[in-house]
Amino acid sequence: MSTPSAETKTRHLPGDIAVWMFIFAELAVFGILFIGFTVARSLDPATFHAGREVLHPWIGLLNTAALITASYLVATAVHQLRHGQRRCHLRLWLAVAISSIYTIGKLWEYGNLYGLGYNLGTDTFFMFYFFLTFFHFMHVVLGQIILVVLAVKVGRGDYDGSDMNGMESGASYWHMVDLVWLVLFPMVYVLA
Amino acid sequence: MRYESQRVAMPYFIFALILFAGQIVFGLVLGLQYVVGDFLFPEIPFNVARMVHTNLLIVWLLFGFMGATYYLVPEEAQTELYSPLLAWILFWVFAVAGTLTILGYLFVDYATLADVTMNKLLPTMGREFLEQPTITKIGIAIVAVGFLFNILMTALKGRKTVVNIVLITGLVGLAALWLFSFYNPSNLTLDKYFWWFVVHLWVEGVWELIMGAILAYVLIKITGVDREVIEKWLYVIIAMALISGIIGTGHHFFWIGPPEYWLWLGSVFSAIEPLPFFMMVLFAFNMINRRRRNHPNKAAMLWAMGTAVMAFLGAGVWGFLHTLAPVNYYTHGSQITAAHGHMAFYGAYVMIVLTIISYAMPIMRGRPYGNSNTAQVLEMWGFWLMTISMVFITLFLTGAGILQVWLQRIPESGQALSFMATQDHISLFYWMRFVAGCFFLSGLAVYFGSFFIKGQASPSEEVRGPATEDA
Repeated sequence: MSTPSAETKTRHLPGDIAVWMFIFAELAVFGILFIGFTVARSLDPATFHAGREVLHPWIGLLNTAALITASYLVATAVHQLRHGQRRCHLRLWLAVAISSIYTIGKLWEYGNLYGLGYNLGTDTFFMFYFFLTFFHFMHVVLGQIILVVLAVKVGRGDYDGSDMNGMESGASYWHMVDLVWLVLFPMVYVLA
Repeated sequence: MRYESQRVAMPYFIFALILFAGQIVFGLVLGLQYVVGDFLFPEIPFNVARMVHTNLLIVWLLFGFMGATYYLVPEEAQTELYSPLLAWILFWVFAVAGTLTILGYLFVDYATLADVTMNKLLPTMGREFLEQPTITKIGIAIVAVGFLFNILMTALKGRKTVVNIVLITGLVGLAALWLFSFYNPSNLTLDKYFWWFVVHLWVEGVWELIMGAILAYVLIKITGVDREVIEKWLYVIIAMALISGIIGTGHHFFWIGPPEYWLWLGSVFSAIEPLPFFMMVLFAFNMINRRRRNHPNKAAMLWAMGTAVMAFLGAGVWGFLHTLAPVNYYTHGSQITAAHGHMAFYGAYVMIVLTIISYAMPIMRGRPYGNSNTAQVLEMWGFWLMTISMVFITLFLTGAGILQVWLQRIPESGQALSFMATQDHISLFYWMRFVAGCFFLSGLAVYFGSFFIKGQASPSEEVRGPATEDA
């Protein structure tokens, strides 16, 4: 039997349904790419093993830590705004700053590998490496732009916690980007 | 119709429909030439008829898009069109240039046409779908610039809506990508590579924006659903269309010489291309289920639902059938491609233009609630005849394609039949396709007939809920 308190506390989807449609579509794209990566690796394990040896797993790990930390800050910022605490915009700015460790680290990796003569056309491993990670990189940049917009809106008082739709939608998108990396990193850098 | 200048859409729609009829007639000529090889030879050889069939399609759809734009942009912006005169001048320029080009194809041999239009100065002719003489191509570019100027000036002075922004973004993209038709490198791989920048990025890129915007506009009008809800869907749909469609260009790069990575990128991203079309189906049916008014123009609603479904089937499902590289290795350039092309163009772009015509034409003819019941019934007969015929054309071509792949592509080289020997084996499918094409023509005749029935729907059929002033 349901209690009155259980009835009032209905489960709701954080953010806008349209953003969730978008998130599922994005996850479908990444999902297909991941399946493609796995199939290609099983067909040619030697190339994938050799390719992985050239990567920089420590930078990958640092990037992972940066993205997880940023996600933590975004999640707690949403929580703060829900309680009407407008200073949460500081957390959003901090999340943008910390996630920039990822963007700088990734750009350095691209520069380094490109300098060593690797590119999209080198072999199947590097095709996947460059394309998958760059496609994800573009999503991180878009996510950072969204976080900046959220931070500005909270800072200006446009978002005061009475309507969480915008904040939750942006945060959901950011967590999707983070989630994809959490699959991508071990798959490309560790298991290949 | 709130603004008198919207009426300039009328000649665009009428001319589009005339060219549509021409396209279908040449489609039947081609269908017969598939099985009776010397039909109309040497007067109208197959390659000329094909050029006319495809070029008429492109030109009439452009007329349809322009008509749709002239109709909906002023109403969305809540202002008169910047210059109706310019719209009329461009109509005549485009109509005369288009007609002369088609007549040129039919009555002058192609090499002579290239000579008299001074193709040598800037050679752009001789490429599939972009066969137009250079001077026609320049004309199209000039018409596009004048058209965009007129539309932008209108949109900028009025209310900014998402429908207008998406539509105009699509149109600007259409004009910008057209410029690649002037780039004609002598290297065959580069030639094909950039050729797809026009062909693919039109129909699987910017045209989807145009389609989405027109569909959203018609749905706002006939359902009375909140603009905000419809706009949100529109954003998601166009984002998906661009994410999948742009890199999806790679599915044309499999076998023409670009790097191998396109096998993966083209396969993966074009596999996503059905998604925006699927969302359009959800979008259209969802909005119609949530409608807050029963618009008496039922025919327009039928077209709106039909275009979403048929675009999903033709562009989405039939595209996906042969888009993955390992499948396309066998099916490339077979009749399966033709099946996909027919249903995708009909479902997505023919039907969206007929949707806006179905909605706007009665209003421009002084029938704000739509045509009379009899006219609508006839129009719906036209809808079903044409649509079902197109389904059969697609199925027969798919059958032909599967058999073709089986006989010509799959066997080891020694046992595989030649192209022409295979054609003999699949001729039964071509005959059935031709019969389906005749039914399509009859559907078109019925559809045209509906325009000649007088009378209009009664306002009493209108059932409006609250807060639909905008619709």
